[in-house]
Amino acid sequence: MARLTGFLLALAILCSLGVVASQHQARKLYAAMELEQQNTQQLDEEWGRLQIEQRTWAGHARVEKLARERLLMKQPVPGQILLLEERP
Amino acid sequence: MNNKHQNVTFNHNPLLRSDLPVWRSRFVLGCMLAGSLMLVGRAAYLQGVNEEFLQKKGADRYVRVMDVPATRGRITDRQGEVLAMSTPVKTIWAIPEEDKDRDKDAKSKEKDGKTPNRVRLLSSLTKEQLNSLATLLDMSVQDLYQKLDQGRDFVYLKRQVSPELAEQVAKLKLPGIHEMREYRRYYPGGDVMAHLLGFTGMDNKGQEGMELAFESQLAGKPGSRRVIKDRRGNVVEDAESIRPPQDGRDVALSVDSKIQYLAYSALKQAMVDHKAKAGGVVVLDAKTGEVLALVNSPTYNPNNRSNLTGEQLRNRILTDTYEPGSTMKPFTAALALETGKFSPSTIVNCAPGRMTIGTATISDAHPHGALSVAQVIQKSSNIGAAKMALTFQPEVMWKMLDDLGFGSTLKLGFPGEVSGRLRAPKTWKPIEQATISYGHGLSVNLMQMANAYQVFARDGDMVPISLSRLDAPPIHSTRVFSPQTARDVRQMLEMVVQPGGTAPQANVPGYRVGGKTGTAMKLVGGHYALKYVASFVGIAPISDPRLIVAVMVDEPSNGKHYGGDVAGPIFAQVMGGALRTLGVSPDAPLKPLQVARQLSQVQAVQESM
Repeated sequence: MARLTGFLLALAILCSLGVVASQHQARKLYAAMELEQQNTQQLDEEWGRLQIEQRTWAGHARVEKLARERLLMKQPVPGQILLLEERP
Repeated sequence: MNNKHQNVTFNHNPLLRSDLPVWRSRFVLGCMLAGSLMLVGRAAYLQGVNEEFLQKKGADRYVRVMDVPATRGRITDRQGEVLAMSTPVKTIWAIPEEDKDRDKDAKSKEKDGKTPNRVRLLSSLTKEQLNSLATLLDMSVQDLYQKLDQGRDFVYLKRQVSPELAEQVAKLKLPGIHEMREYRRYYPGGDVMAHLLGFTGMDNKGQEGMELAFESQLAGKPGSRRVIKDRRGNVVEDAESIRPPQDGRDVALSVDSKIQYLAYSALKQAMVDHKAKAGGVVVLDAKTGEVLALVNSPTYNPNNRSNLTGEQLRNRILTDTYEPGSTMKPFTAALALETGKFSPSTIVNCAPGRMTIGTATISDAHPHGALSVAQVIQKSSNIGAAKMALTFQPEVMWKMLDDLGFGSTLKLGFPGEVSGRLRAPKTWKPIEQATISYGHGLSVNLMQMANAYQVFARDGDMVPISLSRLDAPPIHSTRVFSPQTARDVRQMLEMVVQPGGTAPQANVPGYRVGGKTGTAMKLVGGHYALKYVASFVGIAPISDPRLIVAVMVDEPSNGKHYGGDVAGPIFAQVMGGALRTLGVSPDAPLKPLQVARQLSQVQAVQESM
């Protein structure tokens, strides 16, 4: 009888230690997950910022200005246009 | 307890001999019973009846409900280019005056003595700290001082600053200065897209334009979750998710940002050249009814709305009406052909250039002689249009205008869209019927005009127009004219931009285009004033129309005011650019345009389109 009691007592102590340990583990994992979620959000936001930056650099007004001024491009006048006709 | 009969030895002690009445012991017993009953009752009350409240109070010590923000959806153009998106920003706020009741070593002496147990933030900030904060926030020190010199618990110092700036502010480590995450809407297109997109308010809700029209789709629903926090405020456990956040859905508009930019720059230039008050350009895809561009002038920058005026904000294309003038004439001609009483070559006598109906006299700006129906359109004769119109029943004419969408809104869902004015046919007098035939006595918005020209671009039928991108062209169309009538009128429209027409300036090299000019005097206080609205609505390419472009310029005041002179060149620029952008092959080879017919020549080609 005393043996059984001792055994059960040890079992109970082990179980409770296990509960504490797993609880701690769960909290650590949760904190890690939270960190990753924040990371995701930050990357998302950075992506958005980069998209806006891309749109700003590739804006039509800027491209037109660069093409005309730096690359000295101009629209072809009718005499310079060649039309290719597709032959069946 | 006391009991005479049983505890003989003790109770018979002579020292205790007294004749106490029985009720006294009973009374004490009763009191004790009542006491314990009260305890049991209280316990039951706390555990049973009041449990929920107490549990909640307990949870309040460690459970927090946190908001999980949802982002607003993006708006993109038809190619998926971002036109509007939300980016996180920081808002700097402060606690100008804080309760320091429990703080024992707080400098609780208030200088003004109003609330002795409240401490002011200003008294704990040094002058240098205030200065550096003011510089960072781009405010004067006085402004900052004023904001902090209030007896409130909360004050915004500056809303929506960049995360980088917020970090610098945080580095100052000032007491009582905090920051908060918010979202700010950013429009990379700036003033090019302003009227179409509209904008959102401080609360991130749509206030104008598509932001408002698609509010239910774009808006996200913020979620919330319950967490357990430890003493330091770290989240230790996610107790439950009460509501997961729902991010707003993205919206793809029908607009093509390249064509939009073309229209924007053409209109902007014309506004300067003609010293005009306002203007608008609409580009429609005739095949699908999608709006490819919608530009207004004057415009504004939606990213910086500090000095906005109502003039800038108005989306004239949809929310303002004007008298369309001669751009209505092709519909009159189409109805004339449809009734069978006229053919394109039927002669209408327009001499001597004036005509009296009742008490009113109408006239042509340039008197014409006898003109064919086609020439009435080409030369834009009011008399010719009026003579054709007077052969119609008012109900028939009204029915056509109603079918074309005049007098009612287009149901685009755009905020503030107006219906224009088209009176019931029963009230029409002959003079009204005559003036309506050339676009006076009714009012429309530019979008309705562009919409109505679908009948000529689409062989006599119309599809509903759309501001959002369609995956497939609409199947359902409404027929207004027969295909033959539409083709005949199309030919007349082409004559307008040819030599002898009212708008040779609207011609586009390489393409066959057609359209109609409009020059209307403006009604000011019930009378026509010497102020004009110049417009041009056209379609191209004539062989298989793909685009409809409608241009309107309000009060051009630099010498020219005719639709052909003012709106025609804008039309040509936008139409030409848009057709090339869409890769529509030219259908009118001009003489200088060389055609490489043989495959062997292909290698030699240097420029192609």
